[in-house]
Amino acid sequence: MMNVILDYLLSLPSDIIFADISFTIMLIATVYFLTKYAKWKWLWSWITSTDHKKIGIMYLFVSFLFFIRAGIEALLIRMQLAFPNNEFWVFQGERFNQLTSTHGTVMIFLVATPLLIGLMNVIVPLQIGARDVAFPFMNSLSLWLFISGGILINASFVAGGSPNAGWTTYAPLASKEFTPGPGNSYYPIGLQVAGLGTIMGGINFIVTIIKMRAPGMRFMRMPLSTWSMFITSILIVYAFSALAVALLLLTFERLFGTVILSASEGNPLIWQHLFWIFGHPEVYIIALPAFGIFSDVISVFSKRKLFGYPSMVFAIILIGFLGFMVWVHHMFTVGLNTNITIFFALTTMLIAVPTGIKIFNWLFTMRGGRIRFDTPMLYALGFIFTFVIGGVTGVMLGTVPADYQYHDSYFVVAHLHYVIIGATIFGVFSGVYYWWPKMFGKKLNETLGKWNFWTFGIGFHITFFPMHVMGLMGMPRRVFTYPEGDGLGFLNFISTCGAFMMGIGVLFFMINIYITTRYTKKRVLNDPWFSRGRTLEWTIPSPPPAYNFARLPEVKSREPLWDAYERGNKNINFIGEYEDIHLPNSTSLPFFMGIGFLIASFGFVFEIWPVALSGMLIVFLMMSIRSFQQKNGIHLPKEKVRVQDMRGED
Amino acid sequence: METMSTQMHLNHKQAQMNILAFWFLIGAEVVVFGCLFGIYLAVKSLTGQGPTPNELFKLNEIMLSTVVLLTSSFTCAIAVYFLNLSKKLLTLLFFLITILLGLAFIGLEIREFTLYVEEGAKISTSAFLGAFYLLLGTHGFHVLFGVIWISLLLVQLWLKGINQETAPKLFIASLYWHFIDVIWVIIFTIVYLIGKV
Repeated sequence: MMNVILDYLLSLPSDIIFADISFTIMLIATVYFLTKYAKWKWLWSWITSTDHKKIGIMYLFVSFLFFIRAGIEALLIRMQLAFPNNEFWVFQGERFNQLTSTHGTVMIFLVATPLLIGLMNVIVPLQIGARDVAFPFMNSLSLWLFISGGILINASFVAGGSPNAGWTTYAPLASKEFTPGPGNSYYPIGLQVAGLGTIMGGINFIVTIIKMRAPGMRFMRMPLSTWSMFITSILIVYAFSALAVALLLLTFERLFGTVILSASEGNPLIWQHLFWIFGHPEVYIIALPAFGIFSDVISVFSKRKLFGYPSMVFAIILIGFLGFMVWVHHMFTVGLNTNITIFFALTTMLIAVPTGIKIFNWLFTMRGGRIRFDTPMLYALGFIFTFVIGGVTGVMLGTVPADYQYHDSYFVVAHLHYVIIGATIFGVFSGVYYWWPKMFGKKLNETLGKWNFWTFGIGFHITFFPMHVMGLMGMPRRVFTYPEGDGLGFLNFISTCGAFMMGIGVLFFMINIYITTRYTKKRVLNDPWFSRGRTLEWTIPSPPPAYNFARLPEVKSREPLWDAYERGNKNINFIGEYEDIHLPNSTSLPFFMGIGFLIASFGFVFEIWPVALSGMLIVFLMMSIRSFQQKNGIHLPKEKVRVQDMRGED
Repeated sequence: METMSTQMHLNHKQAQMNILAFWFLIGAEVVVFGCLFGIYLAVKSLTGQGPTPNELFKLNEIMLSTVVLLTSSFTCAIAVYFLNLSKKLLTLLFFLITILLGLAFIGLEIREFTLYVEEGAKISTSAFLGAFYLLLGTHGFHVLFGVIWISLLLVQLWLKGINQETAPKLFIASLYWHFIDVIWVIIFTIVYLIGKV
């Protein structure tokens, strides 16, 4: 028996053996340290928490793990492409396709989106003066569905093969006819689970923002971060449901033999349409919250009121609206009717207008301000520079005749990384540095922060700028090598060097977290940013108590805290008496529901129906238990709230 | 608490939030079914070796399912009417009739599908049939989910009476039920009636 297992293990390719070994080591190390420091209970309290701040931190943590995994994949891709006719390790042909497909899928669905949802969780309730989100239970469920879907996509690598039809998984390549085996089944099923959680999260934040704002917090007084996250939530609800249908369709194609996407009997274009009806709003789902974060950061670090607040809000809404009617620009080379193509080319270019409004407003906010160049601000400035380049190449790509040249070349790769890293990843770094003191009560180290920014930022441009040129020279995307003598070797080598520099930048960030957590003793006050804070999250202790606001904040303007500073006060006024505060129960049901979905998904992927059925039964059982639960929650007595609040204020 | 009217239960803040969230969920469902209708219309003519819509559908039996489901929507509305009057037993009775009609609808649909499959119209036969089963199956699954959900709610209604927890839940379930009914009306028009033309 042991021999059989050993033979099987030795027959695996070396990269999978390596992944298996490192996974086992990490698992053993985690268990060892959790046991050694007796942290199991602590871990369970996080898993079952319904506190929006803790859920947000878990979102950030888990998506950062996925970020590292997909980042390592990016480095492997760059290693393979560093030289002409290179053969690095096993990553040629099929394995290379798996690398690029999972790199893209993980980065978009399991990194960019959840990182921003994590920040949304942490700050939206704080910025609107609420004690929690509208549906704390559903919030925890969103988290666990995301983690389940993420585990599924990530585990595919060692369990039967990863998706290999690109992150867009175009049919008919993705159908069973051309890619048999479980690989491409992981994609629709894993993303379906994660997407379900995202839709719930979107609904949760819409209702939270509509219904739970503090007294006086009118819509036109909300901070820009909250505004952008509000519009993003709306986009999530309508875009992810289109994705859900596309994934359902692909699941049926692969599992039940429908021929809707078949090239001979059906219409494979349906997949492209559905995917991009989701896919383009998704670009704004991950860009808009970053825009919001930058608006807050730029205003705080310039010590100036945001320039043109109403036009900023209007621009976000307009971008969200137009974002739904540009999807065909991903499909210009399909050969649709000219009028349709022209319509979508025009809407695409129209989006440059509200985006331009925002860029100019940020610049005018800084004008005449007393600017501090701390890490969040550096990332914001880096974003403006990078995103303008990405925007220009975007308009170039939107020009139909030219697009026939750029399509599926490295020019597109360069463009999409400029906008997605330039907006989302820079935005998340900026937001994490900015709100880290609020989340953990300690400020991240500034020196290391600056090292982090400059290595990551310069590395980014070294990696991706040459890709524009490679694309114009004709290098197609998703190829694992290129011949010598095409003049691509030098540019590719530069690009690989830049990628490693970005990797070093991320290492600086991790070192920064470690050093800050381990060695920084100093706890920050309510507003750690040199008394420049403007919005409600800086009026409460860092980290905030479970209930956030002991008494409700009084909001009379767009920038309540800044106005209080202007009047010479230390903080804003809180209204009303102390009262008993209702807090939601912690619950393990979402965690078990996530496990149920995980089991069911493996059953579906490998088409073992009893497993799939039992997984679904676990899910329905948990839902039924939830339906019958008494949802009383915990009541925190007002005396305790008062004592805690007094202690926090001195 | 017992003296509070149903309307007051529904006006409670958490109930209002639940109802608002549910409207957004219905918005998402509209996109889902919109896409499924789009897929169906795009491949309707791709019948390949299989039967065309005109050859396949038997309007008489579809009429029966339609009447059954529309009646269930009517009884559901009556149930909510009694819910508003805080009449526990009548609410229970009419919701019970609603889910029985829902079950009957599912039975009819299963019979219809088995008949088609026996005639050789399988899900993999043609793109048209794939889209047809996908759309109708998604709708049928929604009906089934509604039946299970409302039955669980009825157990709670039986045990706890009409209160701050059960009243909003039943109201939301009724919104859901009407929604899947509206979808059926569209299916009946776009799939069956136009398919017969």
